[in-house]
Parts: sequence; structure tokens; C-alpha cells
Amino acid sequence: MKRRDFLQHSALASLALGAWPAFGQSASKSNPSAEARLVFIVLRGGLDGLFAVPAVGDPNFASSRGLLANYDSAPLPLDGLFALHPSLTHLHGLYQQKQLLVAHAVGLPYQQRSHFDAQNVLDTGAARPFELKDGWLNRALTSQDAARRSTAQAQPQAVAMAAAIPLVLQGGASVSNWSGARLGEVQGDTLDRLARLYGGDPALATALSRARSAMEMGDDATVSMAAVNQRGGANKRPRVTAGAASLGAAASQAATFLAAAQGPRLAVLEAGGWDSHINQALPQGQLMRNLTALDEAMALLQAGLGAVWQRTVVVVATEFGRTVHTNGTQGTDHGVGMAALLAGGAVRGGRVLSDWPGLAGPQLLDGRDLRPTADLRALFKGVLAEHWHVSSAALEGQVFVGSGAVKPWSGLVHAA
Amino acid sequence: MNDIQSDRRSSALAAAHLALNRFGLGTRPGQAALLVSPRDWLVAQLSPQPLPQAMAGLPRTVDVLLEFPKFLAEQKIRPQGQAPSDMPSSMTMQGSSAPVKGAAAPGIEISFGQRFGPGLATEVVARFAAAVQSETGFHERLVWFWSNHFVVSATRAQAINLVGPYEREAIRPHVNGRFVDMLLAVMRHPAMLIYLDNQQSFGPNSRAGQRRDKGLNENLAREAMELHTLGVNGGYTQADVTELARALTGWGVRYNPLSTEEDRFVFDAARHEPGTRTVLGRRYPEGGVEQAEAVLRDLAAHPATARFVAHKLARHFVSDDPPADLVKRLSNIFLETGGSLAALHQGLVDSPQAWSPAAAKVKRPDEYLVSSLRALDLTELPGPALQIASRAMGQRQFYAPSPQGWDDQASAWLAPDALLKRLEWADAAAHRIPARDVRLLAADVLGPQLSESTRREIDRAESPQQALVLLLASPEFLRR
Repeated sequence: MKRRDFLQHSALASLALGAWPAFGQSASKSNPSAEARLVFIVLRGGLDGLFAVPAVGDPNFASSRGLLANYDSAPLPLDGLFALHPSLTHLHGLYQQKQLLVAHAVGLPYQQRSHFDAQNVLDTGAARPFELKDGWLNRALTSQDAARRSTAQAQPQAVAMAAAIPLVLQGGASVSNWSGARLGEVQGDTLDRLARLYGGDPALATALSRARSAMEMGDDATVSMAAVNQRGGANKRPRVTAGAASLGAAASQAATFLAAAQGPRLAVLEAGGWDSHINQALPQGQLMRNLTALDEAMALLQAGLGAVWQRTVVVVATEFGRTVHTNGTQGTDHGVGMAALLAGGAVRGGRVLSDWPGLAGPQLLDGRDLRPTADLRALFKGVLAEHWHVSSAALEGQVFVGSGAVKPWSGLVHAA
Repeated sequence: MNDIQSDRRSSALAAAHLALNRFGLGTRPGQAALLVSPRDWLVAQLSPQPLPQAMAGLPRTVDVLLEFPKFLAEQKIRPQGQAPSDMPSSMTMQGSSAPVKGAAAPGIEISFGQRFGPGLATEVVARFAAAVQSETGFHERLVWFWSNHFVVSATRAQAINLVGPYEREAIRPHVNGRFVDMLLAVMRHPAMLIYLDNQQSFGPNSRAGQRRDKGLNENLAREAMELHTLGVNGGYTQADVTELARALTGWGVRYNPLSTEEDRFVFDAARHEPGTRTVLGRRYPEGGVEQAEAVLRDLAAHPATARFVAHKLARHFVSDDPPADLVKRLSNIFLETGGSLAALHQGLVDSPQAWSPAAAKVKRPDEYLVSSLRALDLTELPGPALQIASRAMGQRQFYAPSPQGWDDQASAWLAPDALLKRLEWADAAAHRIPARDVRLLAADVLGPQLSESTRREIDRAESPQQALVLLLASPEFLRR
């Protein structure tokens, strides 16, 4: 694209986005949480927290991890105890700028090892699998209903960057979703007729009305995505895998939505393929590509958000960790304790929060897993409390029902 | 014609549409009127069916596996013998005990995906073609159901060309057979052994395990209990998972390129963990391949398995939250017949709840695409466009996101963007086929299911194309 075209497109795009009505933020600017942006990146399959954030200073790290303690290049140091996987260079830069915080040896209340139950607990925020049918992020939106009227009829305040809305975002509050491809062009008049036809089918009616909003936004945002790529992706080479590329694309597009003045305040991204049962340290292997893709996605988010990055918290979480020891196939099996990340300009980073349990045999859970010493919900609750000012009554009565014993962590986020 | 005759005729027609749309893959124009006895039509499909014509000549597992060593041999003549970057790591690892360290592959070589991807595209088109052409839609739907229950996904690159042969070899032959036979066929199939890593699991105390310092991988054992048989609340523990994993060591894939044997399962005693195993409190003496088989037979006959499978089947065909008495009834049939799938499926057909006029289920993307092609009576398929469309609607064929398979509830398929993709598909279809009288077509393919409001909107459409979009996007067409 020629430079002049690019400028014209950007101008058009910002005009169009400014006028776009779908993600209405009627709250006034005096309400700081209305401006606070949250991104939730779910890594499905179980990220090996000890591989991404190795406890290099633990006296038993090398012996307990075996060949998974051998990195091609040195892990990037955080503090005396922890380091980052060498492919997480952008995240390491954020740590040095105090914009990355790591929570290590955390766990969910569910401590069995099923992907699907663990993901259900991660998404619903319940204490047990399949206790609740909606997601905690959606309930976080409805908990602020009075101030914001984020009911099913209201403008969506959240967007899922996926063809289907992940469970963590399903529920009563209005949410939308976006994915790139187009199969055809449906006329507005046809959509009007369909809206009439769906009058007796609430599920279809809601989906259609949200789709129409997001469709208008997608039209405009596609143009401005070029701008994001120009700013953030100039020196980025295309990635090897479709999955990796799509996380980057979703991050860029999410940044465009979130950066808009009338944009949503929450975006959810998903990335699969973290279930590293075999050969997880292979330089060209899936886990390496996934880690690189995650690092790049964070860079693209930051670039695309521009100044809004300063008001943003990005939460990276997975359903469980993996066994401390290498399994029989140079990988790791499902394990309980895990790591989670907070990144963003609003994060009080440059720290690893962990009540480290140690890696010696008796210190492991069931003799195999990193022992969780803190509840991951404490991190989620802390972010909602400080970043969005969700009340403690709502956090305990609505968002994470019955989690009174799990005190929110404080001091995670800069005051707005 | 008196009123009673008229009522009887219209209720028979309603049953014909339910049989075609809810149990089958959708109605072709003229098909419902010819279906005199819908129940008999369904029950007749609970017997062995020939392989669909569209799948004739597609490769077998042995054909695919013999391509792997050829591919590896070709790679060896490249500079420095580097593996292409997207080659499944496990293939580079055969016979090696440590991860390969080194730089990325130099230059441009044919990648694993380029070499094997076209085969998968052929499988996708054949599967759609079989469904669109099928005269036994209920049988095809049951194949899809069981294929999803025991899913193998091409997300594991090494399984990419095995997913099609897997369904033909491990699922289809047993779809109206016995559950235990399907389970054993699945667990022995190279696609599953590769997908869930058992091919690489070694008994730590086995000869090969000790020699090569290798050990257990519990992936297949866990999913066999959690997803294939007992269900996650089926009462097993981590110790049971580990014990089954030990019993399954040695179950692997016959890669040997010098053998053209069709059965590519091999039991490697050298990898098998010696000793007695205890699963769910029952002891299984050392016995080679028979040890894990005995465990799997017991899992297949377990009451928790009956409940799990019955619930899943009822949820798939009847409603997202199926009636408890229906689930109970199906579960009892499963137990009383020793896991006869024909009996289980007939139990579904014989359940009044399955014939409720209200269409509770949202079609899955593949069901939606196939039913729209059948309604349009298309014989020429839009080939690759089907995978593109299905993927855009959230269901990239053969790429289920996890061993749990595709979700089976409306919330999974009714995201705003996914609905929009269905409307876009309907629009694209409407503008690419010759105009027809949509009023007649709607009455023909939906019969008594056509609602008054949809009929009215179709009548008032401004063009035949718009009328067709309204039909294909109507609630009664999006649901079944």
C-alpha cells in the first residue's frame, strides 16, 4: 500500500470507528473503570508453567526437570528464583519496564486433571465443574449492570475474537464476537426481514442483533487493521502455523476494537495447542511456536492499543499446569499447579508473586505436580476489584460465587 | 376426504419431515412425500450399510502410513538433512532419545502440510458428498455422532491423513454393532494411538523402556476413561488412569515399510510394563495385549459408561438438556443388551420425546451445510468452499479442537458471528443457483414444520434470491 493511501484509509477508519454505535460506552469519562480495558487470553490445553517461567534458582530445578531444564539459550532472568523462557523476549522487556507480573504455583479449586473439567472451572469461576452455566467475565459485566445497563438489550461491552463465544464470556450481559472471514454479502433489507422472522426465537434474535453491530464494526476495522499492521507488525515475519498466526491476527484486531473511543472494554482471545505430552522442548515443536506466538501477540496488542495500553490489563491464564518431571515421551502430563501472567501499562509489574512450594519430591502434589499455594481466583478478583472497581460484595456473591475465603490480591494495578 | 383421514395424512407427513430433518441429514425436494413409513425407514438403517460411493477408492490407513517413510526418505537428501519446520515432532524422534536441537530448516522444501494436506481436502469433500447424496441420512448421522464421540483430530499433524481412514475402519463397521467392539477398534487404530500419544508410551520397567530410558504417557488412558467410556464423573481416580496407561503400554503402530499388512496395529511386548494391574478395584494379571483389552471390556460394560453414552446420544438428537427418563431408558437398553448400538439407536427412534414437534436443537455447521445443499437438490458440490464455509461457522472439518470433540449445544454454534456466516452462506448459495419457486420449495422441504411467519416472509420477499435466503436462514431451517 502506498503511504498516501494508508493515511487516507486511517483517516476514514478513525472517522468510521468514532461514529460506530455498537459498543456504546454511555458511562461518563469521570468513571475511571469505564476507560479501563481488560484482555483475557485463555491458553487451552494446559501451559507448562515451569517451562514458560522456569524456577532456575530452585536447587531441585535441574534434577527434577531433567532434559526440560536444558534451554537452547539461557532463560531470561526475572529475579533470583525465576526466569522466562528464552522465546518470550517481548514479555521480558515488559517485565523490565515493570509492566509484567507473574503469578506462579497458583491453582484452581478443581484439582483433578481433566482438561474439560478444569477449563469449565476456569471459565465459569465456580468451585466445581459444571456448577454454573455462564462465565465469570460475563458476570463481572452484569455485576456493574446498574451503572452500565449491560443487559442483553444493551450495547455489548465485550468482544470474543473467535467464531464461537467462549464459556468465560457467555451469559446475560450483551457480548459480541468477531472473526475475519466473509462468505457472502447479506443485504440490510434481508437482515431486517430476518430480524422480524426471529421475533419468536430469542436465541436467534439476540445473535442476529449482535452480529449486525459487529459486522458494521468489522467493515470499518478491517481497514484500520492495516494501520495496526503498519505500526506494530512492520518487522514481524509471518508465523509458521495457522494457529500462531491467528492469535497474532486476533490480537491486532482486538487492539483496534479496544482502542476505539466507543470500543468494548473487554476482549477475550483463545489459543489452543498447549497440551505438550510429547517432545515439548523441540526447537521447532508446537510449544515453542506457541510461546513465540504468545509473545508476538502481546507485542501486537501493545502496538495496536497505542496510548490505551496504559489503561490496559492483559490476563493470560490456562486451565492447569503439568507434571514437574518429564514423562516417558520428553513431554509432561496434566498437573495441577500452574503460572499466570498479567501484562499491560496499568499493571504494577516487574514482580513474580509466589509462595514457592519447592520442587523436591515431598514438596510436589501427589508426588508429581507443582503444588499450588494460591488460588488463581485471588488474582482474577484483584484485577476486577482494582481495575474495574467491582465491589467485593459482587465479587463474592456474583462473579466468583462463594469465594469469600479467597481474598483478592491487592496492589496489582495502578490506580486510574 | 374426511377430517380423520386428513389428520392422519398430515401427521404422517410431519413424521416424515422429522425423520428426515431431525434424525437424518435434511429433506430433498419430493423426498418426504415418498416416505410412507418414517419409523421403518429409520429402523432399516440400523443394519450394516455399504461404504458411500463418494468414498470409494480413498486410501486406507496402510496406504497413508507407507507414505510417511517415503516422505522421510525424501527429506534426508536435502542439505544437512534438516526436517521441515512443520513436520510432526514425533516423526523426527523415532529411535532418538533426546530432543533434536538445531537451527530451523534452510531454504524452501516441500513441507509436511504441503505433502499431506491435499489428502485431507479430498477426505472433506468426499465426506460432504456422501452426506449430500445419502439415502440413509440417519446412518450417516450416527457415523458422525460416534466419530465425534471417539474423535481423532487433524490438529495433530501426524494424524492429518489418518482421520478419514480412521472413520471408515474403526467407526463405520461398528456403528450398529457393539459398543465394546467399536471401543477396541478405536483403541487399536493407529490414528488414535498417534493422536493420544500411546504410540510413544513405554513401560518404565519394560525392556525397551529401560534400554531407552523412556516411560509412560497417560494421555490415551485418561481420555479413554473420561471421554470414551465412564465419563468424568464415572468414579475413577488418578491411580486408575496410571494403571490403565501401564496396561496400554506396547499398543502401537506398525510403521514397518516392508510390511504391506493391512492391520497396522502392533503389540510390542518389549515396551509393555510387566506386572498385574488394578483398575477400579479389579485385578488384571499380566497378559500382554489381553491385559488392557480386559480392562477396556470392563469399562465398556460399566453402568457409568451406559449413562454417559445414553446422555450424549439423547443430547445430540433430542435436546441440549435431554429428559432424564429418556436417558434412563437408553441407559437401561445399553446395559440390558450388552452395549448393542443398534438396540440403543432403536430405543431412540422408539422414544416419543424424540418426535416432539418443537425443533429444540440448532444444527451443527456440517448438518446445516449438508441440509441446505440437499434442500437445493444440488448434485454438483462447491468442493473446497464447503470446508471454508464450515470453518467460518466454527467447525473446521476433521479439526475438532480437543479430544472432547465438537460441542453439542446451541450456545456453541449460535455466536453472533457464526450465525452471520450461515446467513452469508445462504446468500451466496441463493445467488449462485437458478431461480426457483421458493414458496413451493419451502413447503416441500419443511412440510408442516414451515411456520406461518416464515411462509409469509417468503411470500413477501422482493426477489426469489431473497426468498431463498429467508428459507435457509429461517429458524425452522437452522434448527432440527
